[in-house]
Amino acid sequence: MKLSFSAQDETFREEVATWMGENLTGEFAQMRYRGGPGDEHVFVEERKAWERKLHGGGWTCIGWPEAYGGRGATIEQQVIFNEEYARAGGPGRMGHIGETLTGPTLIAYGTDEQRERYLPGILRGEDFWCQGYSEPSAGSDLANVKTRAIKDKDSGQWKISGQKVWTSLAHESEYCFVIARTDSESVGNKGLGFFLVTLDQPGVDIRPIQQMTGTSEFNEVFFDEAVCADSDLVGAPGDGWKVAMGLLGFERGVSTLGQQMLFQNELDEIVRLAKVNGASQDPALRQRIADAHIGLRIMRYNSMRMLSGGGDDGSLQKEAMIYKLYWSSWHRNLGKLAMDVMGPESEVLDAAPYELSRLQAMYLFTRADTIYGGTNQIQRNIIAERALGMPREPRG
Amino acid sequence: MEFSFTEEQQMIRDTARSFLAEVSSSAAVRGVMGSELGYDPDLWQRVCKELYWPAMHIPEAYGGLGLGYVELVATLEEMGKHLFCSPFFSTVCLGANAVLLAGTETQKQQILPQLIDGVTASVAYTGASRRSDCASVEGIWERTADGYRLDGYWRYIPNGHSADVLIVAARTPFSTGPDGISLFVVPSDTPGLERNYLPTMDETRKQAEVYLRDVFLPEDALLGEADQAGQSGECLEKLIALAAIAVAADQVGVAQESLDSSVAYMQERVQFGRVIASYQALKHKAADMMLKAEAARSALYYAACVADEALRGGPLGEELLEAASIAKAYCSDAAFFNAGCGIQLHGGVGFTEEYDIQLFFKRAKSAETLLGNAAWHREIIASQLLDGEVMGL
Repeated sequence: MKLSFSAQDETFREEVATWMGENLTGEFAQMRYRGGPGDEHVFVEERKAWERKLHGGGWTCIGWPEAYGGRGATIEQQVIFNEEYARAGGPGRMGHIGETLTGPTLIAYGTDEQRERYLPGILRGEDFWCQGYSEPSAGSDLANVKTRAIKDKDSGQWKISGQKVWTSLAHESEYCFVIARTDSESVGNKGLGFFLVTLDQPGVDIRPIQQMTGTSEFNEVFFDEAVCADSDLVGAPGDGWKVAMGLLGFERGVSTLGQQMLFQNELDEIVRLAKVNGASQDPALRQRIADAHIGLRIMRYNSMRMLSGGGDDGSLQKEAMIYKLYWSSWHRNLGKLAMDVMGPESEVLDAAPYELSRLQAMYLFTRADTIYGGTNQIQRNIIAERALGMPREPRG
Repeated sequence: MEFSFTEEQQMIRDTARSFLAEVSSSAAVRGVMGSELGYDPDLWQRVCKELYWPAMHIPEAYGGLGLGYVELVATLEEMGKHLFCSPFFSTVCLGANAVLLAGTETQKQQILPQLIDGVTASVAYTGASRRSDCASVEGIWERTADGYRLDGYWRYIPNGHSADVLIVAARTPFSTGPDGISLFVVPSDTPGLERNYLPTMDETRKQAEVYLRDVFLPEDALLGEADQAGQSGECLEKLIALAAIAVAADQVGVAQESLDSSVAYMQERVQFGRVIASYQALKHKAADMMLKAEAARSALYYAACVADEALRGGPLGEELLEAASIAKAYCSDAAFFNAGCGIQLHGGVGFTEEYDIQLFFKRAKSAETLLGNAAWHREIIASQLLDGEVMGL
């Protein structure tokens, strides 16, 4: 076992840190530590401008092959980039869906034409993407999508109709990748297609969903015969599930250490507060603060193990399956701890009508952490079935 | 970065696994755990002379294999998994580590080869105390004309009734905390030494109490240089941390086996016409157990890397006390949680003497108590975070 990064990687780390220090300044300084999960509604235009700034420094899409404008960065370098980005307080990335999901999907499954058309916009921080997976009746049961794609015999184009939901940042995006049923007779994960849909067209209606935080990050997206060129279907009709699942494997956990840097920042704030308001003298809270610290350190060790042993085929190891359940549960506890450390002050808002402080917003948003991206209950099914080999749930 | 076992480390773990599967079966464990000695002395000789386990992390200069703490914890994890009954922890993780940390070059040359060769040892430091740090040292030492006089009572000493060599921590009269502490080698035939077996709820780990009444020891009984007498508090802190990491390894083994045996049982047990492993309520419990076991393992392996550098000199060594407390806190809870869930998942038979899960449940608790439970170690972390105390040595 070796816990340190190579000298070459440490040089890379310095390069990232230096660039961030020199560039996250001036007009961009106000966005430090902002725009992350639960806070994605703030500084949207500024964060889009920041994406272009990042591109100027060669810091978008660093994991992509050089042939497509990336740096061909190793997993270690991507981890380091994300870590240093977060350490410097880099704002929530507007471009992350395009960079980490659309791009790798097109590189793996797309046509040359699709790659030429869509990758440069992502790379330059000009085109933003959202993910059209979930539907009102396809949440945990994602394969139950009802959205239909029908090929128009005359034009050869696809016409997409249906409803997507929980579509993060759709209202700020140019494109959405959509899984829709190409075979209307099909059920489950058969007969699906993976479409690259332009959002600025008459057949698309985007309606923000107001969250319990009072803010909106995600949307309902209604498609009413929205048009999609045949050349914007990724893979063949019926390949949609394979592409969609392949996409979920691309992220490979490279952003986990960056996410942990944000968590550390939140925990530091809680510790600071506890020292100031006397919560640090409460024996029960002392135990919980220590537990949060221990949990976060172990989260880091978990990701180090995960990143060390990943197979070339991108398959996740057993220990990787615990990752989502682990961090979401930890973060939800942190939210509650933050309020308990704040004490009576936790009720008082920054301003009317409903302006939450950072910790208050975090507290409320962590209730989503254990739901999105596979609920804790779905994660437990996955762990029990795939890692422990227990029988699958019967499916109706 | 390679935070995973090397091939050699995997081989060491696999060897331990297959050896223990053979010699530490349920029947074998039950065969020795009821005795006062608590282990099979012939088997211990095999462990020393065929597998060289006590030699594993001892530097080659003292006759050891010169491997690291990672190899050590990988082996300890298997011992936990198999409820192995042996004086390994007390001899190697307490005794040998004490000599490595506090002994002079001559003492290392003299004592370590014996421990590698099958002589057993243990360390007595705490009195009848709830604490697990230097402050729990109550026994007294004083200088005499030609050596040292020791007096006091020590309790909860792993294998203390049977160890060939006892290493005893004592303090100068009226000293507190880490001050005034020294470690002394007390041979088992020393006049004035009385030691008694303490029957324990977990029969796979034996404990003893020791009285030293006006015991006179020669100059060379002191571990370390004579002019440094009373300055071993820091060594004792490190020793407790290194040993706590070893206990955490045992706990990871207990946590893993509690999960594995429960899953295996649930795959066989049929109710309402289905194996009970197919019920979501039980699957989710098992998933939570796997999360605990894997996270515990992460904490353990990190702490083992830190321990390695603490012993060999490396920058990570600074983190020893923190890493040990993180590992001991988390692994204590994980082992107890998993063993407790294990009984529940086994249903009625989980409560019987016949099934092994009850042995894991008991071992989980004794390991939790040993060298500070989770709450104790969380408070160490809390004071580091909240009281501005600096951790590390």
